[in-house]
Amino acid sequence: MLLFFLSSGLFLGWSLGANDAANVFGTAVGSRMIRFKTAAIICGIFVIIGAVAGGSGTSETLRKLGAVSALSGAFTVALSAALSIFVMVRVKLPVSTSQAIVGAIIGWNLFADKPTDTSTLIKIIGTWIICPILAGMIAAVLYIIVRFLVNRSRLHLLRQDQLTRYGLIIVGAFGAYSLGANNIANVVGVFIPSSPLHSLVLPILGTFSPAQQLFLIGGISIAVGVATYSKGVMETVGSSVVKLSPLAALIVVMAEATVLFVFASKGLDSFLISHGLPPIPLVPISSSQAAIGALVGIGLVRGGKGIHYSLLGKISLGWVATPIMASIITFIALFFMQNVFNQTVIAPEKATVEIQLKEPGKVKTTDTLTQSKKKSASQSHNDFHIFPQKYRSHPIIKVIPNSFNHLMNVKRLNKETVCPGFFCLLHGLFVRKTG
Amino acid sequence: MALMQNLTKLLIARIDEYLDAISEGMIVFQQGLEDYLGNRMTDFEERMAMVDQYESRADKLRREIENQLYSHSLIPEMRGDVLGLLEHLDNIIDVAKETLTQFSIEVPDIPMELVEDFTKLGESSVKAGEELVNAARAFFRELSRVKDHIHKVYFYEKETDRITSNLRMKIFRRDMKLSRKMHLRDVAVHVAKISDEAENVADRLSIYTIKRSI
Repeated sequence: MLLFFLSSGLFLGWSLGANDAANVFGTAVGSRMIRFKTAAIICGIFVIIGAVAGGSGTSETLRKLGAVSALSGAFTVALSAALSIFVMVRVKLPVSTSQAIVGAIIGWNLFADKPTDTSTLIKIIGTWIICPILAGMIAAVLYIIVRFLVNRSRLHLLRQDQLTRYGLIIVGAFGAYSLGANNIANVVGVFIPSSPLHSLVLPILGTFSPAQQLFLIGGISIAVGVATYSKGVMETVGSSVVKLSPLAALIVVMAEATVLFVFASKGLDSFLISHGLPPIPLVPISSSQAAIGALVGIGLVRGGKGIHYSLLGKISLGWVATPIMASIITFIALFFMQNVFNQTVIAPEKATVEIQLKEPGKVKTTDTLTQSKKKSASQSHNDFHIFPQKYRSHPIIKVIPNSFNHLMNVKRLNKETVCPGFFCLLHGLFVRKTG
Repeated sequence: MALMQNLTKLLIARIDEYLDAISEGMIVFQQGLEDYLGNRMTDFEERMAMVDQYESRADKLRREIENQLYSHSLIPEMRGDVLGLLEHLDNIIDVAKETLTQFSIEVPDIPMELVEDFTKLGESSVKAGEELVNAARAFFRELSRVKDHIHKVYFYEKETDRITSNLRMKIFRRDMKLSRKMHLRDVAVHVAKISDEAENVADRLSIYTIKRSI
């Protein structure tokens, strides 16, 4: 069942692998510097490593934006993101999976009547705008350095070719790692809050968290996309769209990979925080837009000729149009999923019971805010019965099926807990609602 | 990786050998011309045979380089340009060989008063060819130096044209049979053809240089 619901995310992963791998290895393969087979193997391996090892940062940001609480809801969100990408491609507007998934999550928030964290949203949009600019700046600096070195080094053309090949493989691997780390959130990020998986303890690798298991599955789907469908895209990118020398392509991939890495690296973020520097937002970004930014950066250093500035306008339009389109499609899709297919797209709110035993006679030390959030177990239990009636007057999309939730919570309360006699003997028996 | 390293080393050596063959062929051509003008026919025949050997060696090396570049997909984005450069460089030594062969077969009767002009013409034409070889070496190793050599190729080509014009004027102002005049003119034009070929290759090389810069 999990795999069925994951299928929309895996489809997103597959399409991401088929399209975005060209941003990493496109020129190298298209210009025959590296064979497709070599590129696909390197890309597949490093995308999976990047996804499993470094995918948590961006996923956390998406979760802050909106935690899709039901598996079928997550399925619908991912499917709607994929659908909005399809629509945007049909109307020939530049589109990114990151923008589509963010829009889809906002669509879920609207449908579930959950507030969207505006600070996270601003952080995400800000990063989208900064991403191509940063990639352009990195590419421009790298281009100047590499041009200086090549002119001074007196390397033979064939030796330069040989070193460029090695460079394309190494930088391509780094790019694939960064792509996996940054973009895996787009693929399986929405499934994390509702994942039914449990932690696995593996003999050598240690604990494998449910999120990491999802990242592994998502990473494999990207790798499959690379292996099965990216060859044509790579050859098109490498041979006809933009004519780049392999060395310039190396710089573009390096700049793009650096930006993807910077906005996905938890380690770098922690390092900056520990040194009193401002943290880096860990946000899924568009590798295509980073690549375009890098190309523009190089173009400006070369004198700014041949840059199609209208393309930059189209990208800006994509920042707004894609999330809006994805939000609308997601909202409609969730409505149909819930009311036509009778699927639970919003999980019932769970109330968990927190039991604290306090020493008799000891004064409670919890602050007022915490106290206000806590209720006695009996009160909470009564609430479960009142809950459906309370929401009876609300529109259908706001009614949360409560029976399952109630049953779960009753099960959690053992006999002693629901017994008022014993309850009176316990001092710190509190109930806390969790979102 | 080691295979790639060895292959690169081998090809670099082959390209250097090829350029050496062209350059040495040019020098021997000039010596052969001087031997002919100095009426040292045995030496001339020897030089002509040497130019023939250099030309054959250059052909063999060029084919080997072409095969290696294609079979191992090396310098994919520059391969066409590099092969074009090598093939056009080969034309220069072909022209040198043909010119000496023409001298050997047609045995032009060059008046003593024109020997110095023919010597200067040969020197200038060969210098254009040599500078072109230097430009080609720079194209492979030091891109920024290509312009310096190309500029000299153009200079020597113009100089060769000037010498040719003067020589033709002298030829047609002399009291000789028209057939002899035309024969001498034809020989002079053939000697100058090396610099014309060098100019053509230099034009191509300028474009290749722009394409090679990252």
